[in-house]
Amino acid sequence: MNFISPEFAPAYSEIFMLVMVCVVMLADLSAGGNRRYVAYLLTQITLMGCGLLTFLSFTTEASQTFSGMFVDDALADILKLMVYGTVSAVLIYSHAYISDRGLLRGEFFSLILFATLGMMVMISASHFLTLYIGLELLSLSLYALVALRRDSIMATEAAMKFFVLGALASGFLLYGMSLIYGATGTLHVSQLAQIIQSEASSKEVLVVGLVFVVAGIGFKLSAAPFHMWAPDVYEGAPTAVTLFIGSAPKLAAFGFVMRLLVEGLGEMVADWQGMLIILAVMSMAVGNIAAIAQSNIKRMLAYSTISHMGFLLLGFISADSNGYSSALFYVIAYVLMTLGTFAMIMLLCRSGFEAENISDFKGLNKRNSWYAFIALVLMLSLAGIPPMIGFYAKLAVLQAVVNAGYIWLAVAAVLFSLIGAFYYLRIIKMMYFDEPETDEPILPNNDVKILLSANGLAVLALGIFPQALMGFSLYAIQNSM
Amino acid sequence: MNFQDVIFYIFSAILVASALGVITVRNPVYSALLLVLAFVTCAGLWLLLEAEFLAIALVLVYVGAVMVLFLFVVMMLDINLDRLREGFWKWFPFGALIALAMVIEISMVLMNKYFGLEEMPTPKPHEADYSNTRELGRLIYTEYAYAFELAAVLLLVAMVAAIALTLRHREDKKSPNPSEQVKVRKEDRIRIVTMPSEKKD
Repeated sequence: MNFISPEFAPAYSEIFMLVMVCVVMLADLSAGGNRRYVAYLLTQITLMGCGLLTFLSFTTEASQTFSGMFVDDALADILKLMVYGTVSAVLIYSHAYISDRGLLRGEFFSLILFATLGMMVMISASHFLTLYIGLELLSLSLYALVALRRDSIMATEAAMKFFVLGALASGFLLYGMSLIYGATGTLHVSQLAQIIQSEASSKEVLVVGLVFVVAGIGFKLSAAPFHMWAPDVYEGAPTAVTLFIGSAPKLAAFGFVMRLLVEGLGEMVADWQGMLIILAVMSMAVGNIAAIAQSNIKRMLAYSTISHMGFLLLGFISADSNGYSSALFYVIAYVLMTLGTFAMIMLLCRSGFEAENISDFKGLNKRNSWYAFIALVLMLSLAGIPPMIGFYAKLAVLQAVVNAGYIWLAVAAVLFSLIGAFYYLRIIKMMYFDEPETDEPILPNNDVKILLSANGLAVLALGIFPQALMGFSLYAIQNSM
Repeated sequence: MNFQDVIFYIFSAILVASALGVITVRNPVYSALLLVLAFVTCAGLWLLLEAEFLAIALVLVYVGAVMVLFLFVVMMLDINLDRLREGFWKWFPFGALIALAMVIEISMVLMNKYFGLEEMPTPKPHEADYSNTRELGRLIYTEYAYAFELAAVLLLVAMVAAIALTLRHREDKKSPNPSEQVKVRKEDRIRIVTMPSEKKD
């Protein structure tokens, strides 16, 4: 029995991340109670270091290691770089919020880094086992993060719901995977495609497995009808954690769907296309219509996420590289917008005051016109109004859908986003035309000020010049298919 | 029917009966004990499938550790059974309907030809000197090393999360701090008082 030791080089960033998580934990322990910034700085350094490692090892050639369980290709590298950037922005935005609420603890940072590691594993997984373990690593860290404010009943309830439904979703996913394994006899994503192509496996068993896998993915993406957990979790979790849940994991979920459905089960596209159409239409309908009735901004954004996930799934339906790259464009645009929006909410929070209601945005223009302008850009972008990035993201996805011949689907999507425009415009109306309820000044730190301005301007600039990001997405997809 | 089939049916019957018992008996302690029985018979079935290591691990880990812990918890908690059973009969018809629908759906999928015995033939039995444990160990530490390490990370996350969620530092607790105790100096504890000696009367 000869065993060749695996190549470690492609996985350097994962290894570095794992080592640094342990360092962060130990450093926080020895730094003591009044030097929490040590953990914060170390976390940022870790993310930068990982970014450097991933950037330096960037190649368009796919390399597999660890007996084919790990793959490193252009898509993986690009998604990972985005994840680092997103997590780093999340931490900058939420630093003031969590330190005001006593959540600035070493565990917060180590759990965020563990979740990031889980996302990295998911993005570079080419084996059912690593796909699943990466997902669990992410989910378990998220459950704990939601419950971190343990004296709050809302947070505990949200964490409990998240945990129970998440466990159910994992069960679905595993059951589906086991059926697919039973039909094909392999867990390797790359071999799966070949075996399905050779028609050596029973098609019917594969379809049954696929149903469960898609249901599991639907849960994790919070696509309707598997969306029930999202509003409660978004509302109950501390806003900093909601920001984290709403942003980076969506990038990882995109990678997960690419690996599992496109690379692994790409031969069964005719089967999953129909399922994704149902998920997409239902998500857009439920998300946009239910969001109208919300008065809590976090709940409203949860429903908005559900509808955006519907749009994201539209990109997969056309099943060609144009469609996938439009989905990648969409998810990047979505993450940019979510980061900015939740950062705005945290900006309105003070110590001892949670900005949770839509009415907290009232008269923002009078309080601070620059932040009101950024919020305006973000809301217009979320609604999909040109020239913001959100418009081009929707346009690209719809183009892909029309090219695939589903004109009715594109019409439905436009109608639903029209309904959705109402609740984004309502916030703009409140910011500019209503009187403020408080004249408390908005005083963010310098780093938040710069990052939030850059974030808002990026949403605008990438909307005016979308070709660069579009070409970049296409490059990522074409070099890894 | 050969000897293995007889064993399979006996084990399966015990497994199904004990699993039913777990959810139907009134006393939670009996319920936990029946779950132990279910695990042990399940381990027997795994032995028939030549998964010896997994069968023993099931008994050791689940029966030996998890269930014993579970029993302790069940015995220590004061569970109000009447409150738990409240509304059972009210929801029973609805639950039964859903269960029936699921049974019919599952049997429609599993009973037809795609999952039949012809589609899934019995694998060839291994030689007598084949070691299940050895194979498993070889795979875990070579081919699946990456997944194995990640599973270990998963346990670390569970540990960090559990401590983060349950460890509380109380302000009013009265416990000694050993590191402070070790660092104590003579001057902190002893005060030397000079006083004139007194005469005995």
